[in-house]
Amino acid sequence: MNRRPLVNHTGSVLIFGATSAIATDVARRFASGGATLFLVGRSEEKLSALRDDLLVRGAARVETAVADLTEIESHERVVEAAKQALGTLDQVLVAYGVLGDQRASETSVETTLRDWQVNATSTIALLTLLANELERQRFGTLAVISSVAGDRGRQSNYVYGAAKAALSAFLSGLRARLSKAGVHVVTIKPGMVDTPMTAQMKKGPLFASPARVGQDIHQAMLRGRDVVYSPWYWRGVMLVIRLIPEPVFKRLPL
Amino acid sequence: MKRTVSQPPTKAYESWGRYPRVEPCGVIPLDWRDELPDFGALGASVLPYGYGRSYGDSCLNKNGILLDASGLRRFIAFDDETGVLRCEAGVRLDDILSLVVPRGWFLPVSPGTKFVSVGGAIANDIHGKNHHQGGTWGRHVRRFELVRSNGERLICSAEENAELYRATIGGLGLTGLITSAEIQLKPIKSAFIDEEQIRFESLDEFMELAQESVDDFEYTVAWIDCFVEEGRYIRGHFMRGNHREAPDRPEDAKRALPLVVPFNLPGGILLNQYTVRAFNTVYYHRQVAKRVRKTIHYEPFFYPLDTIHNWNKIYGDAGFLQYQCVVPVENDNAAIKEILSRIRRSGEGSFFTVFKTFGEIASPGMLSFPRPGVTLALDFAYRGTSTLDLLESLDAVVRASGGAVYPAKDARMSAESFHTFFPAWDEFSEYIDPCFSSSFIRRVNGEDTL
Ligand SMILES: Cc1cc2nc3c(=O)[nH]c(=O)nc-3n(C[C@H](O)[C@H](O)[C@H](O)COP(=O)(O)OP(=O)(O)OC[C@H]3O[C@@H](n4cnc5c(N)ncnc54)[C@H](O)[C@@H]3O)c2cc1C
Ligand SMILES: NC(=O)c1ccc[n+]([C@@H]2O[C@H](COP(=O)([O-])OP(=O)(O)OC[C@H]3O[C@@H](n4cnc5c(N)ncnc54)[C@H](OP(=O)(O)O)[C@@H]3O)[C@@H](O)[C@H]2O)c1
Repeated sequence: MNRRPLVNHTGSVLIFGATSAIATDVARRFASGGATLFLVGRSEEKLSALRDDLLVRGAARVETAVADLTEIESHERVVEAAKQALGTLDQVLVAYGVLGDQRASETSVETTLRDWQVNATSTIALLTLLANELERQRFGTLAVISSVAGDRGRQSNYVYGAAKAALSAFLSGLRARLSKAGVHVVTIKPGMVDTPMTAQMKKGPLFASPARVGQDIHQAMLRGRDVVYSPWYWRGVMLVIRLIPEPVFKRLPL
Repeated sequence: MKRTVSQPPTKAYESWGRYPRVEPCGVIPLDWRDELPDFGALGASVLPYGYGRSYGDSCLNKNGILLDASGLRRFIAFDDETGVLRCEAGVRLDDILSLVVPRGWFLPVSPGTKFVSVGGAIANDIHGKNHHQGGTWGRHVRRFELVRSNGERLICSAEENAELYRATIGGLGLTGLITSAEIQLKPIKSAFIDEEQIRFESLDEFMELAQESVDDFEYTVAWIDCFVEEGRYIRGHFMRGNHREAPDRPEDAKRALPLVVPFNLPGGILLNQYTVRAFNTVYYHRQVAKRVRKTIHYEPFFYPLDTIHNWNKIYGDAGFLQYQCVVPVENDNAAIKEILSRIRRSGEGSFFTVFKTFGEIASPGMLSFPRPGVTLALDFAYRGTSTLDLLESLDAVVRASGGAVYPAKDARMSAESFHTFFPAWDEFSEYIDPCFSSSFIRRVNGEDTL
């Protein structure tokens, strides 16, 4: 852990779900190193507020595109626009997602599938497109925010967890495939983070700040790491949780 | 998604003194300045909350709603040439420093901690060690956007909506929500301060030092020991400094590294009379020479306490009160002497007692606290009525002297005191937003008891 932090990436950065609290922090780190950024989000106003912030912090240039990423038809247009704006896709981060309402999902197929569409289906669709771009380019880093929740389905949020599990499995296969083309695929598994996504949850000592997680993601992207837990101790926590035998696990109030 | 309902607090919303402990009925986290709730439709009064660095109850709203502005933390524009910075109101002063110091700019006014928001700095019209040369924070605020409960978004400056501008500076968060502000920064050549520390042994000596430093030193402040024996009045250290004129060299970067990593105090270490007294004695004697000169980084010069993140918890669960007053310099400093003597006799006293003179520069703020005179700030562990009685007796001295007590640090001044200290209240009250309120303002208007 005593490796010196890498800071300067003056190349291009493409972020999906850029207005997320975690992605914002990552974007700021790239911006202060002088990067050029392309931000994808749902709201023009939010993207423009973020763009101003990144320019003040030192970004060379910031461009934005509005898209609801559950509309898979929008993906090609957005990726094309990003390529036009950036030239090459050096660093790509896919950060969008929804926590969803587990209880509501239990009684509504529609809710379950809607959230699944955000966290799994549409993300996997987007990744398929991005993977081919990067493979053709033969370099670059593709980082995706999954979650520790994908490491084992728990009764309190298995709909979300299952989508993130699908994502993690998809990424692990994709990493092996793209490694041959010199492309890094980074799976990021944050624990609980104090962001608008968890605004309703009581905050305890297990919550990390977006800055803490953002720093881990930024470093992992620059280093081209494989699977990163953030903060690091979640790796141990999840190892223990995965080791609990199912007959015991099903009785735990997790 | 525009939030229309508040949610139960998901973390502690306390003030820095952790006294009084009062709970809001709800909180609304504000994340985007174009996505604000309808303040008038929430069914309870609202109050903006920055980072809770006010000591008493001016950032609290018992049974009301807090608008948590910490999500409004983006820069908007910065002009390297002119030093004009535009940012959202939840941006913290440390965010600004890390951005602008490497580009040769500095905060126009620095309080004793960098963990305060731009909005909070305006609402309390904060002051720093340069009051005698730079005045208050509000003087450097060129304009801000204020959102009122009727949905109006007003740009306020000395020219536009000038009355609301003057009311909001030092307006205790009661005139509406500040969403963004434009601040004039000041140019610097170095991140270091040339500092001089001088020991003094009497109030007269302090006054002389303050007087002789007014023109040549941008920053002045003194630390005093309250426990020296009766009749001596005070002893302490006078600190004065200027931004270094010589530009920084690469080897300075090493010195700039923080010596101490910010940390949390382990539980159980508590202050009492004996530790305080011992601390003061040791602190006084740490400097043997009468006069010491050194060059230090701006962080330890301005924010020595920021390396201990939760030092306020050292006072234990009961919390503590800070008392900051200003009294005019006249009558041979009878008022200051009387205040010090009352504190000394009470045997309650504090870790850090700060002493400084305020200059003549007036603030645009209607309700601003700073005014010409000597200001004194000290902490008191909360010990119930004995503490409250002592502070009330200090208020009496301040009232008689024509001075004032700082609302940002207050949890107990009486309605009578408040209205004596802030005669502009009647003018100010016309600009209060009908949906905004705070525990502080209800208390000093006799509407709410704790
Ligand atoms: C260690 C320490 C040293 C200090 N030193 C100094 C000093 O040297 N000089 C000095 O003047 N003060 C000093 N203070 C006090 C501090 O600077 C002020 O209390 C400051 O206002 C706190 O800012 P905050 O962001 O934490 O706001 P809070 O304490 O959360 O709120 C303060 C006030 O600002 C209002 N407010 C906050 N945000 C907004 C907004 N967006 N729109 C409208 N109103 C808003 C709130 O309603 C409240 O009335 C010190 C405090 C500490 C803890
Ligand atoms: N917070 C945690 O505890 C935690 C833990 C583990 C993993 N994660 C993951 O971290 C990532 C970032 O989340 P966060 O915590 O930073 O939360 P956040 O601030 O709420 O960000 C979520 C982002 O997803 C975007 N989004 C949602 N649906 C979208 C859609 N259909 N199309 C486009 N964008 C959409 C949102 O856009 P709008 O801004 O337009 O609403 C928002 O920017 C998510 O993938 C999340 O699953 C979070």
